[in-house]
Amino acid sequence: MSTYFDAASAAPLHPVARQALLAALDDGWLDPDKLYSQARRARQLLDAARGSMAESLRVRENELYFCASGTEAARLAVRGGLDGRHRVGVTFVRSAVEHSSVLQAAPGVDVPVDRLGRVDLDAFAKAVAAPGVALAALMSANHEVGTVQPVEEAAALCADAGVPLYVDAAQSVGRVNVPAGWSLLSASAHKWGGPPGVGVLVVRKGTRWLDPRPTEPPANLPAVVAAAASLRAVQSTAAAEATRLSPLVDRIRTTVAATVPDVEIVGDPVGRLPHLVTFSCLYVDGEALLHALDRRGFAVSSGSSCTSSTLRPSHVLEAMGVLSHGNVRVSLHSDTTSEEVDRFLAVLPGVVADLRAQAGVSGL
Amino acid sequence: MTGPETLDCRGQRCPLPVIALARRLPELPVGAVLRVLADDPAAAVDIPAWCRMRGQEYVGAVTDGYDVRRLT
Repeated sequence: MSTYFDAASAAPLHPVARQALLAALDDGWLDPDKLYSQARRARQLLDAARGSMAESLRVRENELYFCASGTEAARLAVRGGLDGRHRVGVTFVRSAVEHSSVLQAAPGVDVPVDRLGRVDLDAFAKAVAAPGVALAALMSANHEVGTVQPVEEAAALCADAGVPLYVDAAQSVGRVNVPAGWSLLSASAHKWGGPPGVGVLVVRKGTRWLDPRPTEPPANLPAVVAAAASLRAVQSTAAAEATRLSPLVDRIRTTVAATVPDVEIVGDPVGRLPHLVTFSCLYVDGEALLHALDRRGFAVSSGSSCTSSTLRPSHVLEAMGVLSHGNVRVSLHSDTTSEEVDRFLAVLPGVVADLRAQAGVSGL
Repeated sequence: MTGPETLDCRGQRCPLPVIALARRLPELPVGAVLRVLADDPAAAVDIPAWCRMRGQEYVGAVTDGYDVRRLT
């Protein structure tokens, strides 16, 4: 029996997304920019998807850009936001725990976070008020530890300083509301149950943003249609899903702390996403733990260095100053059942104990 | 003059340097400092985190290593 606990990497395709994708493959393969009548159906589909997505995100249709991934949307937000204000300055202020696609989009000033992963607002205020700041970025909630960031407060600080705020909302859109006040926002359909390969960028009217692309490439129409339809569907059940999943995360947090010795539960226990929890097991190799859980049918993610291609620990865990080895991230989704969580909690203590016994570190 | 006792964990991947630290430190007298040489980047995160979890003092980073004082 296999259990998928890595929705924060890729949520399972929502049935509505699948249905819309198949229908749009039949109906929406034509170039929507052509003038012949057969292309009109494709144009209608694209326009309807844009309208639906704008409504879901509560923005205007002409503020919306579709791109090839959440990573591309993040890069466009940062590059375009910096280019648009190059006369003011070149400094890019961001929290130290932003997604790597944001950190790698441009060099910048990293604002520290506390042990729970929450950005230091005093330091953020100082950083955005400094001269020459073109753009600030604060994610809605962290993809590795689930901590929700004080976006509303950060937006007020940015408004005072006259600096636009970019919010990477990849882990929040379709699950929880994102506070207003931002100038740029990005999301990824893959994270809410839409198809892979659809990133969404929103640029609010009045924001100085220069599209860094020579031309806007055509959208992947069937995927965009599926993304819009699935966002509408997941939003209609988001509150109920959060109410269902959040206690499961609480159960994991308290049970793991009680049944696994020498474990550090990471992230904010209260101000957090409803579906995501991370913990680190002392003296345990993260890669070995991931594979041991995989053999027992549990697909989880890890921020430990041995599981990354760069062999560096997660920059998020590093910025928080928490244990980075033996790290496991569990992220739940609409198919997750209470029984799956209980089965995981029943298996985990033995898996960790076995790995510690093999390494000869039991009782250390 | 002799420096603090040194554990050479260079070339080892985490969690091995932390395990070596956890084995050796209790053998030293309370108040003694142990220097752990490690080049795995995770050690910079995990050695201070271990000190916090175990109630030992993380003295700080030195060239190629980290100093830890036994408190308990």
